[in-house]
Amino acid sequence: MEKDTQAFQRVYTRLFQLTKATVSLYAKGIGNEELAIVDGRLAQVVKIMGDLVTLQIFGGTEGIGTHAEVIFAGKAPTLNVGDDLAGRFFNAYGEPIEGGKIMGRQQEIGGPSVNPVRRKQPSEFIPTGIAGIDLNNALVTGQKIPFFADPDQPFNQVMAMVALRAKADKIILAGMGLTNDDYLYFKNVFDDAGALDRIVGFINTTEDPPVERLLVPDMALAAAEYFAVEKNEKVLVLLTDMTLYSDALSIVSNRMDQIPSKDSMPGSLYSDLARLYEKAVQLPDGGSITIIAVTTLSGGDITHAVPDNTGYITEGQLFLRKDSEVGKVIVDPFRSLSRLKQLVIGKKTREDHPQVMNAAVRLYADAANAKTKQENGFDLTDYDERTLEFARGYSRKLLAIDVNIDTEEMLETAYELFDKHFKPAEVGIRQEFVDKYWKPNS
Amino acid sequence: MNTTGNVTGIIANLVIVETEGKVGQNEICFIRHGDARLMAEVIKVMGKKAYIQVFESTRGLKVGTEVEFMDHMLEVTLGPGILSKNFDGLQNDLNKMEGVFLKRGEYTSALDMEKKFAFTPLAKKDDKVTAGSWLGEVKENWIPHKIMVPFTFSGNYAVKSLKEAGEFTPDTVIAVLTDQDGQDHKVSMVQKWPVKVPIRAYKNKPRPFKILETGIRVMDTLNPMAEGGTGFIPGPFGSGKTVLQHNLSKNAEADLVVIAACGERANEVVEIFTEFPELDDPRTGRKLMERTTIIANTSNMPVAAREASVYTAMTIAEYYRAMGLKVLLLADSTSRWAQALREMSNRMEELPGPDGFPMDLSAIIANFYARAGFVYLPNGETGSITFIGTVSPAGGNLKEPVTESTKKVARCFYALSQDRADSKRYPAIDPIDSYSKYLEYPEIAEYLNKTIAADWTESVFQAKDILLRGKEAYEQINILGDDGVPLDYHVKYWRSELIDFVILQQDAFDKIDASSSLERQHYMLTKTLEVANMEFRFDSFEEVGPYFKQVINALKQMNYSDFKSEKFKKHEKELQGILKEKRVEKSVPVDTEGA
Ligand SMILES: Nc1ncnc2c1ncn2[C@@H]1O[C@H](COP(=O)(O)OP(=O)(O)O)[C@@H](O)[C@H]1O
Ligand SMILES: [Mg+2]
Repeated sequence: MEKDTQAFQRVYTRLFQLTKATVSLYAKGIGNEELAIVDGRLAQVVKIMGDLVTLQIFGGTEGIGTHAEVIFAGKAPTLNVGDDLAGRFFNAYGEPIEGGKIMGRQQEIGGPSVNPVRRKQPSEFIPTGIAGIDLNNALVTGQKIPFFADPDQPFNQVMAMVALRAKADKIILAGMGLTNDDYLYFKNVFDDAGALDRIVGFINTTEDPPVERLLVPDMALAAAEYFAVEKNEKVLVLLTDMTLYSDALSIVSNRMDQIPSKDSMPGSLYSDLARLYEKAVQLPDGGSITIIAVTTLSGGDITHAVPDNTGYITEGQLFLRKDSEVGKVIVDPFRSLSRLKQLVIGKKTREDHPQVMNAAVRLYADAANAKTKQENGFDLTDYDERTLEFARGYSRKLLAIDVNIDTEEMLETAYELFDKHFKPAEVGIRQEFVDKYWKPNS
Repeated sequence: MNTTGNVTGIIANLVIVETEGKVGQNEICFIRHGDARLMAEVIKVMGKKAYIQVFESTRGLKVGTEVEFMDHMLEVTLGPGILSKNFDGLQNDLNKMEGVFLKRGEYTSALDMEKKFAFTPLAKKDDKVTAGSWLGEVKENWIPHKIMVPFTFSGNYAVKSLKEAGEFTPDTVIAVLTDQDGQDHKVSMVQKWPVKVPIRAYKNKPRPFKILETGIRVMDTLNPMAEGGTGFIPGPFGSGKTVLQHNLSKNAEADLVVIAACGERANEVVEIFTEFPELDDPRTGRKLMERTTIIANTSNMPVAAREASVYTAMTIAEYYRAMGLKVLLLADSTSRWAQALREMSNRMEELPGPDGFPMDLSAIIANFYARAGFVYLPNGETGSITFIGTVSPAGGNLKEPVTESTKKVARCFYALSQDRADSKRYPAIDPIDSYSKYLEYPEIAEYLNKTIAADWTESVFQAKDILLRGKEAYEQINILGDDGVPLDYHVKYWRSELIDFVILQQDAFDKIDASSSLERQHYMLTKTLEVANMEFRFDSFEEVGPYFKQVINALKQMNYSDFKSEKFKKHEKELQGILKEKRVEKSVPVDTEGA
């Protein structure tokens, strides 16, 4: 974002009110959502009442005096977009972290939505090799889906792995409250994979002011739209961590005396998050934006306002959980869901995929019941025992995030597990698929 | 001269306008922002200040900008050509908009004014007519679209002249009507109506007395929806609200379907745009899109238009009901509309009700649901709007204002359960918590027993009873352990599983299973109850589950086969074989004491 003084800029030097995140001053001719620099810090107009203009200061208001200089920019926040973006990392304001400038056009961030009738239905399968995803929750280009994970889960690692296997033309990383270690981790894996020239990063680390995060996803998505709309590229956007983004939203709204809704989040949280996630799109000319995000949970609670609103917006969620039984992190088949999977499974993948997937999950549910029984000290039936054994194999060979096989192999593995523990009637899939694909070993 | 004013305050999409002139509540106005005119609605007036909600982004808007008030409320345009259209929440035709991105301030006309429709007169000269009377008819897709006396006409009129049969564009004057004072009024095929006002061009609204066939077993069989009835589908995210609504829009036995996609995902409407023009309407053999109209205000479209979108959809539904048609109206999700009301009410610093929602939320919801219904038209014909909305409760907790307010007014409650969704028991409608009040209507029971089978309602209640007893047995087994309960408990539990797997569960993505005719539902329920009423010889509880699974599997294979096809019969025969193995000859009915 340009900080240079340009023509038509208006300068003021008297603040009327200061709070932790906002300042107000008397000024004329100011546009809603216009940018300003307050005492050298970036700010944006959030409210105008007559001549009294309220600005949110992204870097926080610490140390700002009543006579601070306020320069209005006459425009909303922008990003310079161009092919130059590729291979570089930027701060929340869209300035290259390692210095220099981006040649390109100034693009307003947070721009208009795609007309729904111009969208294409997503239909391209994104194989990741992880069966917990491909078999049970297949991803599709143009989809938006978060990982739901407790902070101690290796979500950034899984996300980097998925990103690299996804065969995207561009990967756009939006880091919000990212630890410096995780930032360097992303840089390293992308570098090691020789993928750096396909990466664009917008990074706000834990060392940066939290309110700055509010700009990061819009920056990332403006860059994504440039490549997807103008270059018809397949773009994958990684948003991590959207819970920290939402925390920044709540800081600002609380400072503006808005009535907080559940979990002290703003009442507009749903709209605020949907505005971002809905940038995921399959465009008519082949370009697409796929969004994979992270929503960290506290103690696995998905009823908290952030995961709850997210779940209502995104096209499913991938729930990471440690399976203590097999000692591995798995993609939990119960709480996970890909809403777009039916567009590809059984169509882009083998015809029996949906039935095999559902049958395995049902048996896994039976195992969960058996486990409860066991924990309550009851005797297990033979069937219970078999489901438990099945569950262990299923967890180890298919649900664990370290699995890396193709979809056909996942289906074969599932049949092997079925065959080892069950009779076809117990599995309950369509007879013709049983006849065709179930190869009895015993 | 229209009233004008100037912007004096901006908070997101709430704008305050100062004006000297006359302004009405809910009046539409336009803000002149550069070249664009941004549409807005008055939501409060205080002295010289009008508070308006802008249906667009207010980015860049400045104090002092001129605002023009239009002297009318938010209206829709009603006439031939609405069907198969994709509108936004304000009834702009999305297909007429240029470019990939929506442009702020771009409004397109709802109808195609150049398109000609084949008109046939239905009235004749000197006929006495009132608002809603049928003057003529055009074919819109396959639907006989009635051209009516505008709903805004009050009192009695006489037909002075009427066009003969011919091809006309919608704006052609097709009739001249004379009012009681001798004044003449021209009538075209197009009229306008304010969306927040119900269209009351009917004689009376009886209690619903027929059911609306949906093809979904757990609805039709267990908790039927009435034609002209109301229902709602609350459920946490991912529990299947949208899939269920899409399934309803595909299979329900309605003449036409109006879908309000309210604040939900854009890809979900894309699914309809993409699939419906290809899918056949099983009843007419035409394409599904021909009977469908979509009002899309997806979550990335302006929040202020959420509310407008559901009213626009309802008004369109009322228009077609007045033509004597059977309309199914679906809204996904009504919670987004309530949230939009909440955002605005908070910005206006109104005293908040529970969870920050406006105090009058219950009344707003009740008034909206009250617009549905089965009606007798003045000419004796009937029409109906069946309305089913989804509710998205925060955290999946049904003790929240939108669910509670809706429960007070909607007659059917289809509660989606997280547990059922987690274990992929779709549609995840909870069989115990859900209800249809219509099942308690004597006129509905009579209708069911007449049209399906004499003992139908009896069978339905028996199935419900088995489900309830199964649940009780299951709880006991969980407390006391498999061998801590009598064997009979296992049988009771598995009888309920039988009903669950064969009747309740239905694969929305399977070509055959997705929809089930009433005849087929009757056949399967009878068959399933027959099995549930049989006595089997089990030596230990360990035999019960595996045996019932075999039975369920055979019945499920029947669900997956074309009704009464060779395959269907083959699996039925298989079932007979399985039943023979363990059946005790004397069939004892399941005791229903306490039912
Ligand atoms: N009847 C059904 N048959 C099979 N799968 C279903 C069914 N209903 C829902 N699902 C699965 O659940 C997912 C979420 O359903 P959806 O209707 O979008 O949930 P909601 O609208 O309640 O958030 C779907 O994408 C699909 O995978
Ligand atoms: Mg939904």
